[in-house]
Amino acid sequence: MTTITNPRMPHGITPRPLLPHANAYAPMLATVHEIIEESPTIKSIRVVLNDDEAQRSFTFEPGQVGQLSVFGAGEATFVISSPPSEKRFLQFSVMLAGEVTAAIHRLSVGETVGVRAPLGNFFPYKDWFGKNVFFIAGGIGIAPIRTIMLHVLEHAENYGSLHLLFGARKPGDLAFKQDIPDWLTRSDLDCTLCVDRADESWSHKTGMVPSVLEELAPQPENTVAVLCGPPVMIKYTIETLEKLGFSPEHIITTLEKRMKCGIGICGRCNIGGLYVCVDGPVFSWKTLQGLPNEL
Amino acid sequence: MNCYRFLAKDALSAFLAFLAERERVLVPVEKNGARSSVVFEEWHEGLPFTMLKSTVPPKAAVLPQCEVLFTCRRVPDEGDQNRHVMVLDDTLTAQPTVIVATRPCDARGFAVLDRPYLNGLYQDPYYAARRKELTVLTLTCPTGCESCFCHWVGGGPSSPEGSDVLLTEIEGGYLCQSVTEKGRSLLERSALPDGEDRLASMQEARKKAYQSLGRAPDLKTAPQRISERFSDLDFWNRWTEACISCGACTYFCPTCYCFTITDEGDPAHAEGGRRLRSWDNCMSSLFTREASGHNPRRKKAERMRNRISHKYATYPENWGVFSCSGCGRCVSNCPTGIDIRAILLSALGKEEDMISHGTQSKETGQ
Repeated sequence: MTTITNPRMPHGITPRPLLPHANAYAPMLATVHEIIEESPTIKSIRVVLNDDEAQRSFTFEPGQVGQLSVFGAGEATFVISSPPSEKRFLQFSVMLAGEVTAAIHRLSVGETVGVRAPLGNFFPYKDWFGKNVFFIAGGIGIAPIRTIMLHVLEHAENYGSLHLLFGARKPGDLAFKQDIPDWLTRSDLDCTLCVDRADESWSHKTGMVPSVLEELAPQPENTVAVLCGPPVMIKYTIETLEKLGFSPEHIITTLEKRMKCGIGICGRCNIGGLYVCVDGPVFSWKTLQGLPNEL
Repeated sequence: MNCYRFLAKDALSAFLAFLAERERVLVPVEKNGARSSVVFEEWHEGLPFTMLKSTVPPKAAVLPQCEVLFTCRRVPDEGDQNRHVMVLDDTLTAQPTVIVATRPCDARGFAVLDRPYLNGLYQDPYYAARRKELTVLTLTCPTGCESCFCHWVGGGPSSPEGSDVLLTEIEGGYLCQSVTEKGRSLLERSALPDGEDRLASMQEARKKAYQSLGRAPDLKTAPQRISERFSDLDFWNRWTEACISCGACTYFCPTCYCFTITDEGDPAHAEGGRRLRSWDNCMSSLFTREASGHNPRRKKAERMRNRISHKYATYPENWGVFSCSGCGRCVSNCPTGIDIRAILLSALGKEEDMISHGTQSKETGQ
């Protein structure tokens, strides 16, 4: 891992894997290898870098993001939703929202895309050694949770008990259906699913993530809560976690902002003096509390 | 060691011709129209130019308004004509350029851009290439002007930061003082005569320029005071009432450096596709609007707050200095007369300074 000596003042930047290519704006070429329809609005795109050596040597930490390009349409930022141990491809899980995501949804296997990755910081999973980890995901927020949770599960011996609470609006909106049976049955993970609006097929919990969390009432002692999801879910879930007694430094979340350069220059993803693309996307609630309220 | 040469007024064109042998030479040129302006243009023999302060800073020499980051083309694979491959071309050519007669505020603007573009986590290769090929010959200001305030923010009418050579007008011409090694070797290569004997006139002219400026308020507490104002939305609303979010303040600014990246064209067509970088404007509501519709800076007051905070609080937090060189162009070009100096002083609670500086106070001026 490249060590970075405090390029900006006064907050340093955690050492992390950096872009492997010389021109930070020129993407690496990659080929769409597999497309998984996760839900009516979410697709996972698995891409393989065209340069075999680049693919083999590509390293990232869980939580780092990439800029995925469709040439002619543009690029947008997504977390790499495969775990770092997956060396065959990089996976991006993309919810249909605007022009670029629509172009990504139109891709077919074999087409060429561009990848600028890895960018940003990552989940501080080494700080969690010996602790219980309670993962909470809402909607497309399961994408960053997937990469960090799979990474932690691969090294489960380093952690205490592991939990996942995963919610969506309705059963059809739950992404990663291929993974869910495994998550529900494996002995090293306690997995709870919930939806806001159940149908007759639904055999799991019904209710919004914060209220189901309150019902599950995880013990805050020696536990880290890691949550990702839409801003409104984050807001109410953090309130619930604080009510349950979680301290702000043990609440970890990710932020989304509109990004262009991804390297801390273009000026739109800042919150105060921090740039989500370089200083984030992973932040503790404690750090966020000290920043201007401009989420 | 500084090198001093004398450039006689009637030798200016010959000097420009000497520079133009090796480099593109940009000079201020007067444009007469409904609203006359001074812009930098490439010099050629016979082009009338001026030594006036430019209306638009020469920022585009290192950060063009729009540039191609790379082109992309989908072409048949040489081995298998039924397959296609994507070819990206990010070849960059930086033209050696010398800027003549820019002002200290604009030269300091380059120093502001250098920090994030050259010294951050990643170096911007496009900027770096152009910056390396750039030589800045700055004309020190003979006096302050109506809207400028360089000495509030760490500069001055003969500040050397960002310049390679400083030119100071003295009787009969300009005394040229090298600031950097690049400037020194340029002066030594030139046929300009030695100017050491005119140092006293240069110092006299520079001293007079400083004396023409008003008293500068103390801005040491600005980063802290502006951060403290963050949640005072009434304050920002009051100072932004007149704003029409046109972005003139950002486009005329020598230190504003935000940009957007967009794609154009189609890689499958003969003319190919391009990824472009263009100046962007943080005063526009589209700047931070996300695809979901969520916008962290929906109100113009929130965008003004961000612009002011970046210049006087968060850029200093990251880099130790203001990202404003006090050129005053945001003041003189604002169609609704918003004065950044007044906002700054009001944020600092220095209303009394506004009156002594003659800046319009929206709070006390009613």
